[in-house]
Amino acid sequence: MEMESKTERSRARILRVFFSSIPLLAWLIGVLVAVLCEKAVGLWVADAVGLPRIPVLFGILFMLKEPSLIPAALLYTTMIYIVPSCITARIVSPLANRAAELLLRVSVSLSVLVHLALLYSALHFWTDISDYRLIMVKLTLIAVIITLSLNVINGYMGEFSCSHPGFLALGAYTATVFNLVFFVNDRFFGPALAPPAWGPFFFPVGLVLGGLVAALGALMVAIPSFRTRGDYLAIISLAFMFIIKSFIENLEVVGGPRGLSRQPDYASLPVVFAWTSLCLWIINNFVRSTLGKALNAVRDDETAANSMTVNTRRTKMTAFLFAAFWAGVAGGLFAHVIRYVNPGMFGIQNLAEVLAMVYFGGLNSVYGSIVGAVGIQLLSEMLRPLEIFKWIIIPLLLILVMIFRPTGLIAFKEFVVEDLVKPKRKEV
Amino acid sequence: MTFFLQNLINALQWGSFYALIALGYSMVYSILMLFNFAHGDIFMVGAYIGFGVASGLLALSSHGALVLPSWLILVLTIIIAMFLTSLVGMTVERVAYRPLRNAPRASAAITGLMVGIILETGNLILLGAQRVSFPSLVSTATYNIQGVFVTNQKIMIVIVSLALSFALHQFVRHTKYGMAMRAMAFDYVVVPLMGVPLNRIAAMTFALGSALAAAAGILYGIAYPVLDPYMGILFGWKAFVAAILGGRGSVLGATLAGFLLGFIEIFVAMIFPSTLRDLIAYSIILLILVFRPHGFFGEPYSAQLRL
Repeated sequence: MEMESKTERSRARILRVFFSSIPLLAWLIGVLVAVLCEKAVGLWVADAVGLPRIPVLFGILFMLKEPSLIPAALLYTTMIYIVPSCITARIVSPLANRAAELLLRVSVSLSVLVHLALLYSALHFWTDISDYRLIMVKLTLIAVIITLSLNVINGYMGEFSCSHPGFLALGAYTATVFNLVFFVNDRFFGPALAPPAWGPFFFPVGLVLGGLVAALGALMVAIPSFRTRGDYLAIISLAFMFIIKSFIENLEVVGGPRGLSRQPDYASLPVVFAWTSLCLWIINNFVRSTLGKALNAVRDDETAANSMTVNTRRTKMTAFLFAAFWAGVAGGLFAHVIRYVNPGMFGIQNLAEVLAMVYFGGLNSVYGSIVGAVGIQLLSEMLRPLEIFKWIIIPLLLILVMIFRPTGLIAFKEFVVEDLVKPKRKEV
Repeated sequence: MTFFLQNLINALQWGSFYALIALGYSMVYSILMLFNFAHGDIFMVGAYIGFGVASGLLALSSHGALVLPSWLILVLTIIIAMFLTSLVGMTVERVAYRPLRNAPRASAAITGLMVGIILETGNLILLGAQRVSFPSLVSTATYNIQGVFVTNQKIMIVIVSLALSFALHQFVRHTKYGMAMRAMAFDYVVVPLMGVPLNRIAAMTFALGSALAAAAGILYGIAYPVLDPYMGILFGWKAFVAAILGGRGSVLGATLAGFLLGFIEIFVAMIFPSTLRDLIAYSIILLILVFRPHGFFGEPYSAQLRL
């Protein structure tokens, strides 16, 4: 017995020593190699192990649909993803450690940019295989923005806001209308006012406009809500959500309940990736700034914060408008990824999804928002073969998370980029 | 004038559903400071249980095994369904809310939301996607009072919902358990220290609220005899707004706010195109809340979110 546990422990130690010195840079290179590997020999390997085509989501869909394919899918995932990425990461880690140190010495931003470039290229080649992956990655990236922005309100500020679908809708419609009016010959809005070739360059303008309109909407909620503390915001924001949905449904100019389509294809993967990175950077800086700390103080004890010279009302308003701005940007991106919007998309169901992402990942934490958004999005794609039972499993999982970790998986953890990109020392 | 009166009667009926559902929300909210987002789906479950019980009783009496007059079937259906649904409500409390008693309130709200989704999906799996039609328990009789058409169903629905609200009001005012509930609403940290069993009172609150929701579900099934698994969502969220509008800890307030919401919705649809209903109704509610932040009968409070 003891011998066994000893060998087990030593095996775990070997694994730890083997992997502990691998920095993020090496992991990213490993993932990139694995993805390239799939691009080069994926089809051949899939054929060899007996899968009908390259599995789009690590073989999970195959496994759930056809239990007899489980060994083949596992074999494929091991051969294409796990083995190449781990081995490459281990091999390049001494070099990567030195490179990471060098990069960090030059500047943190350069190091971050290199990491992001590696991540982007991995995603780029991964999504090359199928359009399904492409749209899923885009939606996941957008979900990260949405979750982060709601986390600013529900996590960092500690209020309960239900208005996010409303902000998304405002952003989505504003960006859509902007692009349709200026860059598309549309039967609703007439011929394009500007040459369509300019469109992609003015896409950020449309998104920012959408964000600003969403922030304007947020002002409507914020002015009455933040006079008192309590559950006031929950109700007003809920009413706001209903009002926005109903308002758009009645606005014949933008298609009413039928919605708008024919959005130009501006939201390519690099654009969405860049916006998500930008949002992560800005929101992370926001919550670590003095204003972010003031926000936490307001959440923990408003009276005490007030007596410590925090202007509580202005702090809450700023944070709320800021979050709404990013929700609006995310809405604009969403509309251009799906290339169709209608008011029905921004209802109660959307609210439940967004709330689930925030509380699953973790309150008051940028890591948590990333984990929550990616986790729920991947889970709901992976469990698709289970059809309706998906909607039993995901809620059950979320209830369990809430019972055992009431503030979410990774709550109250600071996101420090320097720690993430720094080289790893060997642990002996 | 007749047009107005006709709509007034419709609004009374429509408001009855909101009032009954809002009562359940309001009780849970005032005692545990909790948003019970599963409540709309409890209403749906109540309607389906009512459907099951009514079909069963009708089948029994048509086979001659147990010949019951139709009014007795109605009464039995309401009572049995209320009882069974209150069991469902207590289970929800036990599974989704009690383990989170000391967690942030928002987390409990999320589990409630998720329980709601599970109830909807479970229903879909059990009974399939087709809608079921509620058996007609009351043969419709229409009375023409100077041009205003009133059916006996509408009268019954309004009377039953008012009677149940009144009964709840009396219960909360004049019984020992009601007193415990009011005390708990006053302070749910200190009052349990005085020997009031928090868990029992919480379970009872959920049972009462769910029973009322079941009654609302059956009445809804009688008035609009088509049930589908997602019927509770919108009703639930709207009744939630009504409950807050009524004010924390006020049975009277929740009832009144439920009826008010019914009135606003019906009369907006009467004057404006019916697509504008939500837009105008919620704008009015927003205005009311701006001027009366604590609802009609609520007292100003400063809740600290326990995060």
